[in-house]
Amino acid sequence: MDSKFFMYVVKRFLMAFLTIFLVVAITFFVMHAIPASPFSSEKAKSDATIAALEAKYGFDKPVPVQFVNYIKNILKGDFGLSTKWIGSTVADLISGALPYSMKLGLCAASIAIIFGVFLGAIAALNRGNMLDKVIQVATTGLVSMPNFVIATLLLIVFALKLGWLPTMANQPGGMILPTISLSLYPMAYITRLERSSMLDVLGQDYIRTARAKGVRSGKVIFKHALKNALGPVVTYAGPMLAYILTGSMVVENIFSVPGLGRLFVNSMLRTDYMMIMGVTIVLATMIVLMNFLADIVYKLLDPRIDLS
Amino acid sequence: MDNENKIKKNPLSFQIDPDLFEAASEDEKEQVVTQRESVSFMKDAMKRLVKNKMAMTCLVILVVITLIAIFVPMVYPYTYTQQDVTAKYLSPFEYSRKEQARIARGEDVFPHIMGTDNLGRDYAIRVIYGTRISLLVGFVSALIVVIIGILYGSISGYFGGKVDIIMMRIVDIIYSLPDVLIVILLSVAIKDIISTSKNELIIKLGAGMISIFIVFGLLYWVGMARQVRGQILSIKEQEYVLAARAMGASPMHIILKHMIPNCVSVIIITAAMQIPSAIFTESFLSFVGMGVSMPMPSLGSLASDARSGLVSYPYMLIFPAATIFLIVLSFNLLGNGLRDAFDPKLRS
Repeated sequence: MDSKFFMYVVKRFLMAFLTIFLVVAITFFVMHAIPASPFSSEKAKSDATIAALEAKYGFDKPVPVQFVNYIKNILKGDFGLSTKWIGSTVADLISGALPYSMKLGLCAASIAIIFGVFLGAIAALNRGNMLDKVIQVATTGLVSMPNFVIATLLLIVFALKLGWLPTMANQPGGMILPTISLSLYPMAYITRLERSSMLDVLGQDYIRTARAKGVRSGKVIFKHALKNALGPVVTYAGPMLAYILTGSMVVENIFSVPGLGRLFVNSMLRTDYMMIMGVTIVLATMIVLMNFLADIVYKLLDPRIDLS
Repeated sequence: MDNENKIKKNPLSFQIDPDLFEAASEDEKEQVVTQRESVSFMKDAMKRLVKNKMAMTCLVILVVITLIAIFVPMVYPYTYTQQDVTAKYLSPFEYSRKEQARIARGEDVFPHIMGTDNLGRDYAIRVIYGTRISLLVGFVSALIVVIIGILYGSISGYFGGKVDIIMMRIVDIIYSLPDVLIVILLSVAIKDIISTSKNELIIKLGAGMISIFIVFGLLYWVGMARQVRGQILSIKEQEYVLAARAMGASPMHIILKHMIPNCVSVIIITAAMQIPSAIFTESFLSFVGMGVSMPMPSLGSLASDARSGLVSYPYMLIFPAATIFLIVLSFNLLGNGLRDAFDPKLRS
């Protein structure tokens, strides 16, 4: 078992590594397929200036050489210089914005998981009841709403109409609305996942056995049902992170959070090549690693899963 | 005649005496007729789908929205670019002073059902055009996924062995790429290429849409391919496939005539689930400014533009938001209905 599990981890890790490398390659070559020079959009620059800038950023070398250099630099944690925020390095800009997004993302993910599992379990235990129906309708509605709709609706209701919470993130309590807007969709998704897997587990023989043995129903639910119903939720960790990262691009813009999402959107709109490449690679690495971890945890939770 | 042909019954034999039989009455004959006509799987599934009120309501809503999106712009008196500086920010069904004067003169003025925007453009037609974009993205993406996914999945599943292993490894790798990031990346690149392009169609479609189509063609079909492959692998073992092969049917014939029809339920369910995610992605890209090019509206860009006047003109957000919600909700519920109808085993 242990050596088999170790092989599995190694295989997954190599796969994750390959994926990250592919993302770096795609990012690099897509950005270099753009015909225009990264500096051409700025006003009134002579050809000599552009050439000098390109030389400074290393854009005058052949593309394969640039690619190798880029990878070497990334491994050292150097993502190059921003071409639009002149004078800042990409790594500095990213590490300056990352804490805000981390805080936002972690809070949103925790809320989504805790409430999602809780609501899903409640819905499954009350199958067919009014409560189950209300939860089902609400979650179906929520997963049909793009995050910008959720975020702006919350903004209108709680910040503009009721005035309970501030509209900007830098005011006290300003992180509440962005966190909630980011967590509602994954929460609804987890609720649905948890409900169906819980229903599946509750129908299993070992639950009936436990009940027949006279195990207290609380213990049956927590120790037997809930634990075994968590598998699908764990596999959702990767997609949830992907959702939260892209969602934060919208939510951080709406609530003016100075995080990674807003930085990314701004660098897209200003076509800041080095920034776009850097942020894409950082975000993709996070998603791939999260998928890797989720696979391992899923396997640890349920050893019956076939490793091939 | 009867009596001549009658076989003499040996009293010791167990042979049944034909004399004991009597002709069936009409009533009895009717009972023998099968209780339920034999129906094909498709018909059976459609029957189940028609019975599902929720799914049918969603289907009707979607058909109505699609028809509106296709035909209303043809007869609508306003266009999505037509500006009227005297009619900025009108509320729904409000008329500008100029229009009121025209009404007073007895002219017919078509009401602004959803009001007008900051440039005095009729908002209803802009929302309808945005709906058009969303539906176009949804359907075309689903089509791309269906075509590539079926081809790839059925080839991989049919040939099996090494071909299958290699093809599925490729799928695994594509599956682990973060798709949304690649859509964003491509739309940045394509937006730059478009800005120098002179092709009218490309400019009209906009960076977001083209990159979504490309990415769906490159990445999103893997889910479909996996499903189809799994299905094909199990169908391959069936006797009728063996029979077809024994009779010398070509692989293409077997795939097209025997395997794909048996994958229809999986294909329909997976395709229906793809559409909302395509619509989500497009609206997200348009919202952050990487989607359709300027005068062309999209539900995402309309919602984004509405943010500037959120306090005074909340309807500018409500209309596109409600439209996209309605479309995605209908697709989701219809998808659930299709899953229940076509795959009764999966029913929760």
